[in-house]
Amino acid sequence: MRIPIETFRLPNGLFVTLSQDHTAPIVAVNLWYHVGSANEPPGRTGFAHLFEHMLFQGSADVDANEHFELVQRAGGTLNGSTWLERTNYFETVPSNQLELALWLEANRMGKLLPAMTQQKLDTQRDVVMNERRWSMDNQPYGTWMEKLPALCFPPEHPFHHSLMGSMEDLTAASLNDVAQFFATYYTPDNAVLSVAGDFDQSEARRLIELHFGSIPRGKGKPALPDMSLPPVFGQWKREVVPDDIMLPRLFLAFRSPAFGTKEYYAASVCGAILGVRNGSRLRRRLVRERQVAADASAFTYDLAKGSDLLVVDVTARPGVPAEQLEQEVADEIDVMVRDGIEPADVERAVALIQTSFVSAMQQAGERADRISLFATYFGRPEMVNEELGHYEAVTSDRVNEFIRERLGENNRASLLYIPRDDAAVELVGVDAAAGAR
Amino acid sequence: MTSATSSKAARPAPGPPREYHFPRFERRRLDNGIELVVAPVAKVPLVTVAVLSDAGAVCDRPGQEGLAQLVAKLLLEGTINSDGAELAERFERLGASIDAAADWDSSSVTMTALSEHLSASFDLLGEVMRTPAFRVREVERLKGERLAELLQLRAEPRGLADELFSRFLYAPSSRFAHSEGGDERSVAAIDREQILSFYQARYVPGGATVIVTGDITADRAEELTRRALTGWSGSAPSRIVADDVPARFERAVHVIAKSDAPQSELRIGHVGIPRNHPDFFAVNVMNAVLGGLFNSRINLNLREVHGYTYGAFSGYEWRRQAGPFVVSTAVKSDITDAAAREVLAEIDRIRTEPIAAEELSLATSYLDGVFPIRFETTASIAAALAVLVIQGLPEDYYDRYRQRVRAVTVDEILNAAQNYLHPNAMQMIVVGDPSAVAPSLDKLGFGPVTLYDTLGHPSA
Repeated sequence: MRIPIETFRLPNGLFVTLSQDHTAPIVAVNLWYHVGSANEPPGRTGFAHLFEHMLFQGSADVDANEHFELVQRAGGTLNGSTWLERTNYFETVPSNQLELALWLEANRMGKLLPAMTQQKLDTQRDVVMNERRWSMDNQPYGTWMEKLPALCFPPEHPFHHSLMGSMEDLTAASLNDVAQFFATYYTPDNAVLSVAGDFDQSEARRLIELHFGSIPRGKGKPALPDMSLPPVFGQWKREVVPDDIMLPRLFLAFRSPAFGTKEYYAASVCGAILGVRNGSRLRRRLVRERQVAADASAFTYDLAKGSDLLVVDVTARPGVPAEQLEQEVADEIDVMVRDGIEPADVERAVALIQTSFVSAMQQAGERADRISLFATYFGRPEMVNEELGHYEAVTSDRVNEFIRERLGENNRASLLYIPRDDAAVELVGVDAAAGAR
Repeated sequence: MTSATSSKAARPAPGPPREYHFPRFERRRLDNGIELVVAPVAKVPLVTVAVLSDAGAVCDRPGQEGLAQLVAKLLLEGTINSDGAELAERFERLGASIDAAADWDSSSVTMTALSEHLSASFDLLGEVMRTPAFRVREVERLKGERLAELLQLRAEPRGLADELFSRFLYAPSSRFAHSEGGDERSVAAIDREQILSFYQARYVPGGATVIVTGDITADRAEELTRRALTGWSGSAPSRIVADDVPARFERAVHVIAKSDAPQSELRIGHVGIPRNHPDFFAVNVMNAVLGGLFNSRINLNLREVHGYTYGAFSGYEWRRQAGPFVVSTAVKSDITDAAAREVLAEIDRIRTEPIAAEELSLATSYLDGVFPIRFETTASIAAALAVLVIQGLPEDYYDRYRQRVRAVTVDEILNAAQNYLHPNAMQMIVVGDPSAVAPSLDKLGFGPVTLYDTLGHPSA
């Protein structure tokens, strides 16, 4: 499977990728700005994400909430998301509505500020605070999203602080911050525009030049500090979090090679061996055989700057104390460090990765997003066609090398959630008894 | 909201739409009774296979709730040839992703594999359907995992609100009043004998449909199905019809205590209508206007006007018998009553005033236009065909869908709102801090307020 990609750059610096597929009359428009929570100034945690909300509040020629209305009226789906290193905005629309999607993105890239008001900012601040409560504060284990990066990156590192932001910093955000952030980061030379699906190449190019061509280039953005870190933590970092939960849960993180490097692919395969689907090591050993875990999985953050994180996520079975859970997981990792993995483990992991890649690439939106990712981080959208080759080239020797270098006790960070009070423990007893009847 | 002024630039007009039709599919009946539905879509080298059985949670007998889901999950936990670990390994070495689940009306085993591995994966899928082992060790492990899930639910406000909403909505005699996956008592009581007899009665070719979508021809799909499922026998089991009687016909407020919760999980609704209802399209479009879209009345009111929530939506859950209609949101504790009042006002408004023509056209042009985007993947096409089969929809349902959406009128929306929204039978479920929400909900005057613990038992 080869995804066709054409690229060009507008004089104002906007990098454009086009990927045609005429199977269905659908087209995806996908815009990545190379700014995320890592770029937030001190005292403004959560601002990149709050700003993402403001981009749906209209622009010079679009009323509040009209962006959503116009796209949905056109029969399209849309959203945006904020991550540590980037913010993206995307629509999938019927192919005859391509120009509308491009026009909307261009209007807010070029003329956002006239539409910004204090009232809109106040409302979106309330919405985001409710999003924080919904996804983190009122959700069991929800705070892991900000506690894990805080544990794994040193305090001065741009990946350390909370993406969702503190209530205090969200409260402090002003319209002036909105104007500053917009002028600094939401410029064509800090963005990648990808179009994927059913469109005519020259017509798309004409429309992009028409709508984006006159937006002025930015004045440059402040450089991020040096993001590089030693290959290992240098110790076993530990944090215990009492929470309103019933079962202990462990997030065990390892510092790992940055996304996109050759070494990253070995780390990613190692993650799949450990915790992707039922046949993975941790599921087989801890869920199926030892029956000490209710669930187990593993994933990478896919951070492209400095270093990445490989994370193992394991929830205890009722009756298994937190300390035992942590010990059982550590024992499995130790076995892996001691004995290594086999070529068959790599084959299983790579076969699953191949299927899920091809499966995801069926969707125009996913194709555009993946192309934007490689274009934004590396300036090389064609890396989307090299990914599977990198995975297929991973050998058990390379995974074992990664395991020896990165899974040792000097490179572990445990974030261990424990039930806050004895009430939960008593309930465990009650239910275990019910189960035995 | 301000109206667009003349100083604003004109929006680009759409070009001529390109024609689209739902993927063509073919039905065949095999000798052993299997119904085969194949939709060839040659886009990427990928195939999805779904085996549907008439073995949904509505088949659970009283006291055995959870059996249907347990049986479905156990199919992937070992065959006579391979234990669970080995079976997972065999699928995954082929890169095949496979999942088994039972919802209310049906069970499904769904597999997606690259074309080059389809033949071997399909054979393995056949082994799963024909020769599951149901080893006691795996039975007990999955029962334990369900108990862990139930325990987790006690501390998870969203899931707890959904779960208890159904319990308070339906009469205790209804299967729908009990958790799809069963509760502590019913799951603990399930044994291997019951599992085996459920499997033997309901996992039979006479009652099964095999859906194949993607990079494949109908002939090849038939050949692979025959080979994989040869020797599987049995005729269709009797159809079980769920009882969908409501628990009560007057309003009530049920507060589930989660002290110090910063947010209230709010559910407001009542028993809805069955999927195969003549007014389905009018009800569906009415719901899109009320709370089905981002720009629906409820979400714009609660989120964009008041900033009460991250999101608020309404929906009908479609089953063969009447599933719930529910408005769902999570709001800051201290404005729970105000948010509930806005939801109720929106329900009243859509029942008393005709909606504006622009509201209707927003909903219908969205549902019409988004149609092709819903079917980009082999898995989503298989899921759509599964709905067709399970709900007994007409063969041309997807071909006529867009036309029928566009035909819905303002009057039909008003009728649908008046006939299928029942303000006087609404139940309100709140998972939240009782000291912060109970007094103000009492003052709201919606209905009697009762407090419960997280197991759903009334508080002393």
